[in-house]
Amino acid sequence: MTREDIIKPENLVYKRTSVLKDATMHYCPGCGHGTVHRIIAEVIEEMGIQDNVVGISPVGCSVLAYNYFDVDFVEAAHGRAPACASAIKRLRPETFVFSYQGDGDLASIGCAEVMHACNRGENITMIFINNGIYGMTGGQMAPTTLEGMETVTCPYGRDPEIMGHTMRLTEALAQLPGTYYVTRQAVYTPALARKCKKAIRQAFENQKLNKGVSFVEVTSNCNSGWKMTAVQANKWMEENTLKYFPLGDMKVNGKFDPKFIERIATFDQPNETLYSLRKK
Amino acid sequence: MAKELKLMKGNQAIAEAAIRMGCDGYFGYPITPQSEVLEHLMAERPYLTTGMVVLQAESELASINMVYAGASTGKRVMTSSSSPGFSLMQEGLSYIAGAELPALCVNVVRGGPGLGTIQPSQSDYFQTTKGGGHGDYRLITLAPASVQEMYDFVELGFDLAFKYRNPAAILSDGVIGQVMEKVMVDDYKPRWTNEYIEEHCPWAATGHRAGGKSTIVTSLELEALKQEAINERIQAKYRKCEEEDARHEAIQCDDAEYLFVAYGSAARICMKAMELARAEGIKVGLVRPITLWPFPTKAVAEIGGRMKKILSVEMNAGQMIEDVKLAVNCNVPVEHYGRYGGVIPTPVEIFEALKKMVK
Ligand SMILES: Cc1ncc(C[n+]2csc(CCOP(=O)(O)OP(=O)(O)O)c2C)c(N)n1
Ligand code: SF4
Ligand SMILES: [Mg+2]
Repeated sequence: MTREDIIKPENLVYKRTSVLKDATMHYCPGCGHGTVHRIIAEVIEEMGIQDNVVGISPVGCSVLAYNYFDVDFVEAAHGRAPACASAIKRLRPETFVFSYQGDGDLASIGCAEVMHACNRGENITMIFINNGIYGMTGGQMAPTTLEGMETVTCPYGRDPEIMGHTMRLTEALAQLPGTYYVTRQAVYTPALARKCKKAIRQAFENQKLNKGVSFVEVTSNCNSGWKMTAVQANKWMEENTLKYFPLGDMKVNGKFDPKFIERIATFDQPNETLYSLRKK
Repeated sequence: MAKELKLMKGNQAIAEAAIRMGCDGYFGYPITPQSEVLEHLMAERPYLTTGMVVLQAESELASINMVYAGASTGKRVMTSSSSPGFSLMQEGLSYIAGAELPALCVNVVRGGPGLGTIQPSQSDYFQTTKGGGHGDYRLITLAPASVQEMYDFVELGFDLAFKYRNPAAILSDGVIGQVMEKVMVDDYKPRWTNEYIEEHCPWAATGHRAGGKSTIVTSLELEALKQEAINERIQAKYRKCEEEDARHEAIQCDDAEYLFVAYGSAARICMKAMELARAEGIKVGLVRPITLWPFPTKAVAEIGGRMKKILSVEMNAGQMIEDVKLAVNCNVPVEHYGRYGGVIPTPVEIFEALKKMVK
């Protein structure tokens, strides 16, 4: 096959969605941010809503998300994306609105805003990239950093007695009546990425119902912050992160998933998971 | 319905003006002495009539970021607060100025520092007129001295904010917020349509990729040279604003030998002190800055330049006096008289301070 043959439309099996600009992303190789961007962009394209959507980017590695998506975008202050999304949806109810935040942005500095937007049942889609660390500022501890995990601000491992416990905020948000759909996904294998895409599609479709927040956490990696190769990071995430942050739906169509109810019943056991994550 | 005369509190006048001028959204958090703004809006329920969004936010951080985002989409949105809450909004205001968005923020000032008091004060003059948040920016600052001006400055504030694509502030205080006076209110004006916004606000992220190109609202530019260019553009707007939109009122200045400079409720009290002084033959006038930024430098220089002495009367420890001194280039002696921490000076006190200065 010549190059000319390959680029014929009938031979095309894969292309950049028109909702992503022709720009080189600044993300580290293997970082989950890029994959999730692509999934969101594909969903926007498939739903045909490119000309009726506003995205809100956070402060974090994805602060420049607006340089990649070819849709209208507003860049929020650190942690305030849910407040921004709430206002835009209320002022322009006919528009699809989504916020995109990291775990420092959403679970630490923006904890109040996400809680209250979820509690008010804003009719928006929230995407939450949980990589257990502050990627952008150089790998500091986040509320979601696992116990025992090392970061530059907990170089001897996160000690919950001094530094607080690993925060499962998504589980808390699922319990607010204002959330309609809450799920935890991952994108580090093609199968998982496809599942995640279904979830994100659902989270956008739900805006047509006007029933409250649709919240998709994506458990992700930060190879640079974790100081691992992309392959190591994915393996590590599977063996550690996902034990504390198991994948799956928590709430669908406003109803709790039975497995989720079973799981949160075990939360009151102290030090349920204290992993020893020191690297040799 | 045409114009109507109503009796209301300054805070209610802010809310009523917002509804009637066609404001799209209000986001606020309760704090004394300005809670009547949100209370009046919730009682009036404009979301059932004009379609104006009203929301009690979880904090002032949330309110100002809701305003930021609403303004990003070209809507006319506002918030109000009092000093501690206004402090919390500074990061957001800096973002609004940095992203060059129009918005309105009302501060009904109470005495500080800290939790301070709920009594009236003018101690946020520096914070409001010099920037307040981080970075080189200014708030276009209007200082109402009556309930009528509380009403009028809502629309004026939005007009100036949109003229310069910069946040505007109404810097009031607990006296003007709480006092009841007669107000002439306007007829209801329709809110802007989405089509109007699309046409007049090409910078707005409406979600519709106007012109087939996505619109980005951000205050981020990492490259220093580009960030400098943005700053230069913003500063050019400020020079234009200083040239075109500085406002003041001059009262009995023509024959005056001495001058009060005072704004807001302090200016109202000075009017009474002027009566007392003139009854005893002291020829005193008053310049009342209406915009605190841009400060009416030319007017103060021109009128103040003719005076023997100037007294800057403020409900703070001496903040505006710096702008008065700069205006007259220290060619005329300028003194300060102030009460603070929530204490309101009496006309007699101000008259006594004037007499002391004249001696
Ligand atoms: C008010 C404020 N505080 C702190 C910062 C610095 N800061 C920038 S990004 C960031 C953390 C981002 O981490 P996360 O949300 O987890 O995003 P990631 O980079 O991991 O995707 C911090 C603390 C800031 N920009 N603004
Ligand atoms: S620092 Fe971490 S989160 Fe940021 S781009 Fe790199 S891998 Fe991704
Ligand atoms: Mg992170």
